[in-house]
Amino acid sequence: MISLYRRRRFFNYFNMTASVLATALGIFVLASILWTLISYGFRGLSLRMLTDMTPPPGSAGGVLNAISGSVVLTALGIAIGAPIGVLAGTYLAEYSERGKIAEATRFINDILLSAPSILIGLFVYEIAVLPTHHFSAWAGAIALALIAIPVIVRTSEDMLRLVPNDLREAATALGAPRWKMIVQVSYRAARAGILTGILLALARIAGETAPLLFTVLNNQFWSSNLDAPMANLPVVIFQFALSPYTDWQQLAWASALLITASILGLNIFVRLTLGKREKRS
Amino acid sequence: MLGSSASQASQEGDKRIELRAPAPAASAEDPEAVPPAAKIEVRNLKFYYGQALALRSISMHIYDRRVTALIGPSGCGKSTFLRTLNRIYELYPHMRAEGEVILDGENILGANVDLNRLRARVGMVFQKPTPFPMSIYDNIAFGIRLYERLSTVEMDERVERALTKAALWGEVKDKLRASGLSLSGGQQQRLCIARAIALNPEVVLLDEPASALDPISTQRIEELIKELREDYTVVIVTHNLQQAARVADYTALMYLGELVEFDDTETIFTRPSKKQTEDYVTGRFG
Repeated sequence: MISLYRRRRFFNYFNMTASVLATALGIFVLASILWTLISYGFRGLSLRMLTDMTPPPGSAGGVLNAISGSVVLTALGIAIGAPIGVLAGTYLAEYSERGKIAEATRFINDILLSAPSILIGLFVYEIAVLPTHHFSAWAGAIALALIAIPVIVRTSEDMLRLVPNDLREAATALGAPRWKMIVQVSYRAARAGILTGILLALARIAGETAPLLFTVLNNQFWSSNLDAPMANLPVVIFQFALSPYTDWQQLAWASALLITASILGLNIFVRLTLGKREKRS
Repeated sequence: MLGSSASQASQEGDKRIELRAPAPAASAEDPEAVPPAAKIEVRNLKFYYGQALALRSISMHIYDRRVTALIGPSGCGKSTFLRTLNRIYELYPHMRAEGEVILDGENILGANVDLNRLRARVGMVFQKPTPFPMSIYDNIAFGIRLYERLSTVEMDERVERALTKAALWGEVKDKLRASGLSLSGGQQQRLCIARAIALNPEVVLLDEPASALDPISTQRIEELIKELREDYTVVIVTHNLQQAARVADYTALMYLGELVEFDDTETIFTRPSKKQTEDYVTGRFG
């Protein structure tokens, strides 16, 4: 009895220590990345970053064009990806629970979810850049949408599945056609979860670099032409960080900090507001 | 009463009320003197969950503006039976029903039946309260908006009438914009009843409406059922024999997918013709 108890207690301590150490290691790596970013990037933060365009080598400047480009590309990507993702998730959760098409869709979606983003960049290069013979913001937005879609499909389906069937039956029993039941009851019940999924997808695509390299490339100047290359933060960071000029490198650090802080802020905002609202209702 | 809209739905709604209008006057004089008409006639109803047969050829009548209770041990098929009366089972592809369920002369199991219209005529309240994640007002208005286009004033009236009928108006009239989920369990269930009767259905199906509620809420629901009897044909599934005895005019005992006995409630509980029924109502099995 006692030896069994001791052995279990030993195992308990052993496992707990191992888990704590593993967690600590993970957090340590993340924290040190964040710390490096802050310690290098903070120095470079200035108002000029937000007011000036990307500079040529040897002169000072900011990343205004890249910020605006990133905002445009991300917004377009979500605008294309969110409806497709939510509708596909709706199909999987509400219309075809066990069908073959649904199984196949789910499987492909899971693969897309973990596909390397550079593949998606190459794919969009093939379908949108080669035929038009030039890089463009549209192509970038399509690439970002393709990355956002699987995330949104997955969360939308999961959130709709959490809606109790009782609610669907209740709406149906009142004579509601299926689409009204979905739009007015299921969506309403799953609203916070679906929105969270969309915002998390937004956070995910805001920092993507690889798909943009092959699609929008970069632009040293301000551009609002969606049919032309457009500046964006990830690619600016990529180019400036690899450059030999210290002021460019500094700008890259500061931009990286900016983009990380925005995504972190967005995540925290999502968790605080939508998470809370879900519990209350 | 139903508004001046010329939409087909509200015209039919008006017709429904006209058809029903003379009857309460007749029954008010002596309710038991007039033999009740059959609202629903069930003939050889069979029900399948995939391959499994859950109802074995049920035949019975459900009488107009009476309360019919379905009793029996768990798994006997009483909920399944109820769920064929508005074809809610159609939500699940592997379920199917055979036979005939004749509502006012029309077989509702037929292929050409408009299911949404059917469900507007045959309302249903479930075991667990299922308020929609919207305001109390919108919970009631949801169903009405599906079929009728009403002005704000008319809609307000309809909502008030439904809530009054469900004995909930006094408790919620000052917070109609509050979420339906903020109500207590008993209030939520009365909200669901209000939501069902707001459509002016002809039949109201209640699937163990009080089994998740406390005794006081249960009592209120039972009083409500007795009042619903004035205007609606009520079918109630219950686990609680006393409840069946209290609220029902007619009682059907089901066992293993078959109808054991169907008669008026007093007969079932005092001098049933089958030994099995007597054993069940006296608590010897089930």
